[in-house]
Amino acid sequence: MTELANDATPAPADEHGVVLTVDNLVVEFKSGRQTVHAVSGVSFAVRTGETLGLVGESGCGKSTTGRALVQVQPPTSGTVTYRGQDLNRLSGRQLRRVRTKIQMIFQDPISSLNPRRRVKDIVAEPLVIWKRGTKSERREKVREMLEAVGIDPDSAGDRRPGEFSGGQCQRISIARALMADPDLLICDEPVSALDVSVQAQILNLLADLKARFALTMVFIAHDLAVVKNVSDRVAVMYLGKLVEIAGSDDLYRAAAHPYTEALLASIPEPDPEHHSDHKGLSGELPSPLNPPSGCRFRTRCPYAQDRCAEEEPLLRSVGPGHEVACHFPLVPANDEASAVVTGGETSTDGSRA
Amino acid sequence: MIGRRTSKRAAALEFPDAVPSEGPLLVVDDLHTSFRTGRGTVRAVDGVSFTVGRGRTLGVVGESGSGKTVLSRSIMGLLPPRDVIKSGTVHFDGRELTAMTPAELRQVWGAELSMIFQDPMTALNPVKRIGKQITESLRLHLDMSRSEANATGVELLRSVGIPSPEQRIRWYPFQLSGGMRQRVMIAIALACAPRLVMADEPTTGLDVTVQAQILDLLGELQRERHMAVILVTHDLGVVANRADDIVVMYAGRVVEQAPTKTLFQQTRMPYTRALMDSIPRLSDPSGVRLHAIAGRPPDLIHPPEGCRFAPRCPYVQDKCRQIEPPLRTAGSPDHLFACWFPLVNGVSTAPSVRSTADGAVIAGATGPVANPGPETTPGQVAIPGPAVPRVPPAPPGYPGETPIDPDAEVGTP
Repeated sequence: MTELANDATPAPADEHGVVLTVDNLVVEFKSGRQTVHAVSGVSFAVRTGETLGLVGESGCGKSTTGRALVQVQPPTSGTVTYRGQDLNRLSGRQLRRVRTKIQMIFQDPISSLNPRRRVKDIVAEPLVIWKRGTKSERREKVREMLEAVGIDPDSAGDRRPGEFSGGQCQRISIARALMADPDLLICDEPVSALDVSVQAQILNLLADLKARFALTMVFIAHDLAVVKNVSDRVAVMYLGKLVEIAGSDDLYRAAAHPYTEALLASIPEPDPEHHSDHKGLSGELPSPLNPPSGCRFRTRCPYAQDRCAEEEPLLRSVGPGHEVACHFPLVPANDEASAVVTGGETSTDGSRA
Repeated sequence: MIGRRTSKRAAALEFPDAVPSEGPLLVVDDLHTSFRTGRGTVRAVDGVSFTVGRGRTLGVVGESGSGKTVLSRSIMGLLPPRDVIKSGTVHFDGRELTAMTPAELRQVWGAELSMIFQDPMTALNPVKRIGKQITESLRLHLDMSRSEANATGVELLRSVGIPSPEQRIRWYPFQLSGGMRQRVMIAIALACAPRLVMADEPTTGLDVTVQAQILDLLGELQRERHMAVILVTHDLGVVANRADDIVVMYAGRVVEQAPTKTLFQQTRMPYTRALMDSIPRLSDPSGVRLHAIAGRPPDLIHPPEGCRFAPRCPYVQDKCRQIEPPLRTAGSPDHLFACWFPLVNGVSTAPSVRSTADGAVIAGATGPVANPGPETTPGQVAIPGPAVPRVPPAPPGYPGETPIDPDAEVGTP
């Protein structure tokens, strides 16, 4: 398979093992005279070999962030740095080459495959585009990849996507994404259109492939239980802002942002005895055309105070590798400077009425 | 407001030949639905029977391809007339739906029996204002005037939690978010105060936060109006807290059926267990391997002989591949399952040593029915999954039996 390997050797990750850095990413869309603030200043880093989960409701900007990482959606401002290369500054040609290393898997597996092409041609396309290998080498690699994702190449290769179930189509999409030997895989809601049983298969498959091909992943989804399962760290987004980022077990054990708490509470527990005392989220996401002042979550936050409307909370540390953007986090903040202001029924020890 | 309309509806829609409201609301008896295709006959629903009581919630759970959607459409009478082979009966409130003409069915649809579809974008008419779509059934079934129907429509939108309904009633579906559209769908389905609502994957495709809101809303409205709901879903987690009873379907057949608590606490069928185990749980540490069910549901043109789950079952025995297990009771009469070697306390009763269907195996297989042995307590239920090495708790009647290594056949291919 060496003939088919990418000729562009990736630059090494930086000294902290960071593959991808997103710095103050802003994505805005013009809608008539108005501006949709889809992503408003998001920063994070993805380290080699880790899976970073990006979670939030529809409309929170998580998919736009994912698309901006690959420059499918050029950012309005801010930088995306992949192994030392600022992707915004690359020429179209250079960008195309880098993108072979950063691949994406999309939510709707059926519509992301061309219905009129055969599976083997769909999967072979990355190699055809880059003119890698001979025909027979390509055929061999297609076989290998289809087998790796659990699709029988003999019976499936000549069929078209319409003949496959959603889970199988997602496997085919994954095979296609892996053909160009990427090292960063961006999965945008890869399992949310699938049954739970198939979802488990795909999540396990992604975990296997990640280990086998030494991948780094950004995993975007709305279901925190799914994200927690696959991710080492989880970033929670709300209305274009990062509200909390933590190791996935920490996030579950000690969610610091009221929004994270609500997300956790809305996941159905497969246990008839389970009764959540959390009311869940009420209302809808505010319009990104005109986001609320201060903390964007304050309009739906059960603990909102006056300060939340006036001053935007910045990300600050509440534990090792655990940051939250909230004036009144559910766990006490570390730094003295931004000590929690006790107001109303909110107290510094994180206990709430 | 809505209550008043309800009474009016009841008066307007009195069926002269209706049987008085006693007994279960819906009785499905040995329902079969097959489709003729170029490749052969697809037996999508293959002998399904159950009942739904008034005001009760039934969860119908299964993977894609288990026949649950065809089942819901067969009950509603929504299948196309061509190339469909149907048998069995569906009685709704004493009347046989399966014997009704299309014209008669139209009298029932919306008025007494309505449906919430999975995809609110395609189920709503994109070129009609939502008000028109809500009031359609009010005008048709309840003979309301335009202004009356409009006022009721606004009330309905308010009851499903749509803010400023007076304005929204003039909106088009594309102006609403997915969650809002599903609320509109619910408003349409509930407009005439039906007695049974069929909700086919009502929250699939919605965010978890919105899913929780929509299911809570449906539950509230159901209690208020004493309607029965059939909640069709692939996710046992969705019905765990909401359904009174659950029917688990696999390859067109019912494989387990029980009151919800019983189903979760005394799971008999390995497939039900596998569905439960495939749900990622927040309480599990991250990176833990999920218990996926290997393979996929069988081709319904040529379903496997014997138990249809046998090719994917971690505890499969020779007998399972040869003889199809009947649906039988376990302990209580309302718990049915179809398995030769049902789970007891989460442990398979399949013999550890592969053997043919000799006397010992049959004794092992039939034992738990007569004597279910000690059952799990609620607290124990959530944890056991096939990959956790377990020491069988040695229920009385199974000396020396240990479960086969489930890891051997569980996992992705």
